[in-house]
Amino acid sequence: MLKGVSAEINKGELVCILGPSGCGKTTLLRIIAGLETADQGKVIIDGKDCTMLPPAKRNFGIVFQSYALFPNMTVEQNVLFGLSQQKDLNKAQQRAKALQVLALVDLLEHKNKYPAQLSGGQQQRTALARAIALSPGYLLLDEPLSALDAKVRARLRLEIRKIQRELGITTIMVTHDQDEALTMADRIIVMNNAVIEQVGAPRTIYENPVSTFVANFIGTMNFYKNYAGTFGVRPENIELTKNHLPGNFWTGKVSSLEFKGAMIRVYSKLHDNLEICVDLPAEKAATLELKENDTVYLKAADRHLLQYADVQEAV
Amino acid sequence: MKLNYNKMLRITNPSQFILMSVLTSAFLAGMVFPLFSLFIKAFQDSGGSFVGLSNYVNYFSQPALFYSILNTLNVSLTTSVVSTILGFAYAYALKRTNIKFKGFFRYAALFPIFVPTVVHGIGLILLFGRQGILTQLGLEIELYGRIGIILAGIIYTFPQAFLMFYVTLHYADGRLYEAADSMGCNALTKFLRITVPEVKYTLVYSLFVCFTLAFTDFGAPKVVGGGYNVLATDLFKQVAGQFNFNMGAVVSTILLFPAILTFVADRILIAKNYSEISAKAVELKVNKNSLRDGLFFAVCFLVVAFFLIFIGALVVNAFMRFFPFERCFTLEHFRFGRAFGGMQSFVNSISMSLLTAVFGTIFVFIYTYLIEKGKGMNPLKKLGRLLSVTPIALPGMVIGLSFIFFFNSSSNPLNFIYGTVIILVLANIVYFYAVPYATASGALKKLDKEFESIAESMRIPSWKILSKVSAPLSLPAILEIFMYYFVNAMVTVSAVVFLYSADFKVASIAITHMAGAGNFAQASAMGLLILIVNLIIRSMYELYLYGIKKQADKKGADLPDD
Repeated sequence: MLKGVSAEINKGELVCILGPSGCGKTTLLRIIAGLETADQGKVIIDGKDCTMLPPAKRNFGIVFQSYALFPNMTVEQNVLFGLSQQKDLNKAQQRAKALQVLALVDLLEHKNKYPAQLSGGQQQRTALARAIALSPGYLLLDEPLSALDAKVRARLRLEIRKIQRELGITTIMVTHDQDEALTMADRIIVMNNAVIEQVGAPRTIYENPVSTFVANFIGTMNFYKNYAGTFGVRPENIELTKNHLPGNFWTGKVSSLEFKGAMIRVYSKLHDNLEICVDLPAEKAATLELKENDTVYLKAADRHLLQYADVQEAV
Repeated sequence: MKLNYNKMLRITNPSQFILMSVLTSAFLAGMVFPLFSLFIKAFQDSGGSFVGLSNYVNYFSQPALFYSILNTLNVSLTTSVVSTILGFAYAYALKRTNIKFKGFFRYAALFPIFVPTVVHGIGLILLFGRQGILTQLGLEIELYGRIGIILAGIIYTFPQAFLMFYVTLHYADGRLYEAADSMGCNALTKFLRITVPEVKYTLVYSLFVCFTLAFTDFGAPKVVGGGYNVLATDLFKQVAGQFNFNMGAVVSTILLFPAILTFVADRILIAKNYSEISAKAVELKVNKNSLRDGLFFAVCFLVVAFFLIFIGALVVNAFMRFFPFERCFTLEHFRFGRAFGGMQSFVNSISMSLLTAVFGTIFVFIYTYLIEKGKGMNPLKKLGRLLSVTPIALPGMVIGLSFIFFFNSSSNPLNFIYGTVIILVLANIVYFYAVPYATASGALKKLDKEFESIAESMRIPSWKILSKVSAPLSLPAILEIFMYYFVNAMVTVSAVVFLYSADFKVASIAITHMAGAGNFAQASAMGLLILIVNLIIRSMYELYLYGIKKQADKKGADLPDD
């Protein structure tokens, strides 16, 4: 059940609908596709009211999380299946178009294989090729990468983005993976509990999350309360030393250290048991020789402080 | 306005909606309306005026009829308990022990489903009857009556019980047994605390199903019942002997009782059973235990040995001039008497079964496809699901009698199918509908639910996705349904006993008549013909399964990495 959801998507951009599972993002996508009908509200595409239009008349391509490749057809036949319905193309033109999109997703050499003979990434690209073969007006991607290994996923993010730019096709992608949204999208629509929390460019959303939910869902945010209200600050925007600092600062005790490769995340407990985490470059952490129970001093610049009305439950 | 109307009913695909409506109407005409006319008859006198419950009062005031109920309960209860225990032991032997010849035992257990129940009775007569092979060897039992009906019932229901346990025991969670081993539990504790809870729903369900099958069977009691009356034979006497259709309708409603209970049990147990299989279950490794293996091998061996002697008795009687007195080979028993419809009745059976299989499979698959994959139409889908599972509760004779009432009425425009092969085919399709529906529904649920969405986005019509993707992918299920319909139509007596005409006799009925006339040689010969045809159909299906399995093994051999 979506509540008062309203968003505009511009021609040629890639928009990510980001949110935790069950937030209504897939429902929104299916309504845009016409696979489900909204009880209220309108879907307007190219200035036309398409709310009651069946999917076939909306001119979109779609890739599902499961890919839904036809297992009894080869890669090429999967792509040709839709093309064969296009009466204005003759057989040779249909075939040429199929080969063209297969070249675009770099699957030409695998065109005679069946889906069961492909790797996950190749299956994903087949689904993408099938979706763009009919040159649709817009492209819908429903969690297209979540069935893949981390490495393959990272590579395909770039590939999908590249193809999307080449074709200049308006794309709406649903995902629950914040990294995916931040790296791929022109704009992100953050959803939670069936409402839109924030719409904006990735950088804006990261630097200026309008709600504590967005702040917590995208990246990590420390929250604290004082007489002036609730404030949030990102872990990488806090300065940490072992010596006293000038001006306002917090004093804390290191409770644990988390090794994250290039970064070390330092958790420290303040006097009132509030836990604050700080991200330090590994090199700096090494020179500080931090250990558990060390006393540390923390400070954040005012420009990094974000004020919130209230703290929502983090997900 | 038109848009709003569409939105209310959610008719997003008019052609699907029309097809769904047509098929649902066909179902109503082929099952619901006939049943309705049957129920009405139970509350009318022979003149057609409403008499309330007086038919029932009349029925229960006749001691002979009332005793039939007790008799039927008696034999059905015994049958279901014995069959369930035997079916469990047999399935346990194949799934949880290390005995040899499992493949052979598995197929051998299915033998009884390939012949009519009347042949189960005939086989018993050939073994235990007055001239029976085992009787001559000194093994005398009082076959005709209660014992005979129970034995025939066990032969009939054993494969059903076995198949249910075979499926359930297949889904063992090895982790539970490993955990029990690590805690030092002994074999008995493991059996009582893990195995029995695993199969408890199947146990209950098997009792219900076997009970209902035995309760409503007609073929076996007809030939080995002697003077021991049961409901099914009473129903036959009321209708075919005394033309007392109203009393027939009364007995039919009583026959429905256990079936309705089974239906309810089925709904409840299915829901419970499936929730308990964990996706993380690990295959069970059966440990070594030669005492256990020996014991269970003996069970399987005895069952199969009995079946082999049984088939042997049929063969001997079919091919010998006059067993046991004249033991020379002959084919004359295959020249079936004209009173039994000759060889034509066997040909009729095959054509009836083929028609049933072809049209039944098409109907089941398309209707189930619309139910599972159709767009919108939720009220119709719900109705469709209910209609599709109802036949599990309908005894064949009840369907037959209801068809008489409905289609023989001169005001029915479908009256012309009465007395033709069409009505036989229709009765078979309805009678055996529930299992094919479950098969089709299971197969379609396994397909990616987004195929239809993809098709819509690519502007591919839904009939094309059905014919090019869903149907080819469901081919194993489609062939299974075809085979199921064919085999069952070949062997059924109860669904057709009220509906065949003198011009179109079928083999199973002919066997009943042959046995009635004491011509067991011809009955054995006809029984063997049915067995052979069914075995051929089944083997073709198994060969096909073997073929696709090999193909899949070859395809899946070289999976690339990213």
